Amino acid sequence: MQAEILSGGFADPAIQSAHAFRSVMEAMARPGTIHDIAGATPPAPLSPAAGAVLLTLCDTDTPVYLAGACDCDAVRNWLAFHTGAPFAGPAHCMFAIGTWDALAPLSAYRIGTSEYPDRSATLIVERTDLSASGTLLKGPGIKGRAALSLPEVAAFQANATLFPLGLDFLFTSGDRFAALPRTTEVM
Amino acid sequence: MKDTVDEINPRKAWMSVLAKASEGRVAQLLDAAIARPEFAWLRAPEIGSTMVRARAGATGAPFNLGEVTITRCALTLDTGEVGHAYIKGRNKVDAQAAALVDALMQTDKAEVLRAQVIDPLEAEQAAAKAARAAKAAATKVDFFTMVRGED
Amino acid sequence: MYVAVKGGERAIENAHAWLAEERRGDTDIAELSVAQIREQLSLAVNRVMAEGSLYDPDLAALAIKQARGDLIEAIFLIRAYRTTLPRFGASEPVDTGKMTCDRRISATFKDLPGGQVLGPTFDYTHRLLDFKLAADGEVPQAPTRSGITAEDVPHVSEFLNREGLIEGAPHDDTPPPDLTREPLEMPADRALRLQALTRADEGFTLGLAYSTQRGYARNHAFVGELRIGAVPVEMEIPELGFAIEVGEVTVTECETVNQFKGSKTEPPQFTRGYGLVFGQTERKAISMALVDRALRWEELGEDFVGAPAQDAEFVLYHADNIQATGFLEHIKLPHYVDFQSELELVRKLRREAETGHVQEAAE
Repeated sequence: MQAEILSGGFADPAIQSAHAFRSVMEAMARPGTIHDIAGATPPAPLSPAAGAVLLTLCDTDTPVYLAGACDCDAVRNWLAFHTGAPFAGPAHCMFAIGTWDALAPLSAYRIGTSEYPDRSATLIVERTDLSASGTLLKGPGIKGRAALSLPEVAAFQANATLFPLGLDFLFTSGDRFAALPRTTEVM
Repeated sequence: MKDTVDEINPRKAWMSVLAKASEGRVAQLLDAAIARPEFAWLRAPEIGSTMVRARAGATGAPFNLGEVTITRCALTLDTGEVGHAYIKGRNKVDAQAAALVDALMQTDKAEVLRAQVIDPLEAEQAAAKAARAAKAAATKVDFFTMVRGED
Repeated sequence: MYVAVKGGERAIENAHAWLAEERRGDTDIAELSVAQIREQLSLAVNRVMAEGSLYDPDLAALAIKQARGDLIEAIFLIRAYRTTLPRFGASEPVDTGKMTCDRRISATFKDLPGGQVLGPTFDYTHRLLDFKLAADGEVPQAPTRSGITAEDVPHVSEFLNREGLIEGAPHDDTPPPDLTREPLEMPADRALRLQALTRADEGFTLGLAYSTQRGYARNHAFVGELRIGAVPVEMEIPELGFAIEVGEVTVTECETVNQFKGSKTEPPQFTRGYGLVFGQTERKAISMALVDRALRWEELGEDFVGAPAQDAEFVLYHADNIQATGFLEHIKLPHYVDFQSELELVRKLRREAETGHVQEAAE
């Protein structure tokens, strides 16, 4: 196995993953806000932001679904080495990574059970652009209104109605990302 | 991906020997054999655990027995070979030495290291096992049947 | 109800300092090293590893030293440490047929391949205090016997299996549930029960096992085989794509052979109970096998006779000594507000009762 595939993880895992975790938590707590996240240089087509999120949240207990072009040897080997996460299909994954089109349909993912709403998938959606404009958001963690450039509206509206069940979303682009948890109302 | 002919996978064999070495022993033998080469960390030594599994009734469905502490690391030599170590216990120095030997076993130093590190370790491990087995053997019961009354 | 109250910091600090001093004891006596505990109190170390669910003799020895020999406190320390470790994966199921046995005995067959190997056992000691140990003394080397080559020792159950007289344990690769990752839920399958039992409190497991022998869900157990020794631990390394041995762990395995009259679904045959525990932990492994067998009543089509050892919910929810001691010992911590309300309630009931009596007397 080539050394290049095994590089690109956090240089200082304890510190960098703690910083990244804090960013993910902030993003989830304040839906629609855009955050920087750094430290990972994953193989293409993963963005640095998606790489950092995966390094931070995934381990041997979190099956990952690689959708579309993300399902390649380079990504598989990189994730296996750095996180040990097993790979699974959409119905069994805890995290899914890919473009919006590649991740569809959302009905394939687990939305949790009423006893354990947390047994649901988190989708990491790779975007070319990400800006705090477009669709209006409201709900917990949002003072008044927020806005985020979402790939569509209807799917997120339907997801919010499932609460307390449902999916959570992270949108990654370059080294920036934002979150849309199931609690957010999409207008 | 999974190697189906483990018996003839020499890397698996030497990594296992390195993992079972007693504390400090790999470093001692390595340093006596050659000067350590330059390397870069792919994964600095870290301590974690592995869940040990077993089978119900020894052969049935698997269950989780409990965890064991593990130290692992990965490094790359300047010449590009990658060395890995996964060893029981919490010893970063031992893990580093094991990963270095693993990487070097893929280079032209393989012969020297086999003779001066792997083979001696293997012999020591076999001797320790035999010594324990000999003590166990001494506690083996030799039954003898008492003569039964028979006219 | 819990109310945060400040105060007592100084008292707590001083209590910790005194605890440290008492732990050390008389400084005229040499201090115990962790290595001494690991080597010379190894059965205590084994129990802490088994019930702490973490195989690491040095850590277990340190925990015993820190806990002043209180093994449940030591297990608590190990459990707490364990939660801080990143988990790299799971091993391939260990093959106890490949065990290098220190001890291997069978109560069911006298002559069996591999023989009866007693190992370092207390069984035939006279249980008389040995005052020689009170004085320092060199221990003579244990005798050895050569000419016997170590080979794989087959399981006793395999012999019975050939005749079809014992239920099989067919190979299966269902990934097991893990109660350290997801909360214990009922009904618990055998894999979950075995995980709970192997880390269960030794005393609790022993008591339950004993109750089955005394008639509470009697299942007529024989120790088909008991073996203690080292087994290799292999794990698949994702970045390599193959499994390597990461070391060896010592385990104790007990397989019981239990009488079984047969049921609507199963023919008369022997059934099996299974115990497997980290370290040399023989009493625990035998207890585990008996309780495992008792808990299998449903899958074997036996009757539930209401015995504690048959009740999975009772057994599994009360077998963990850290859960138990946590809940039990918390009642000694401040409950001032709860108690104040109880006090008020009793006073009120008293007043009502007294005025009631007065009224009754007046009537």
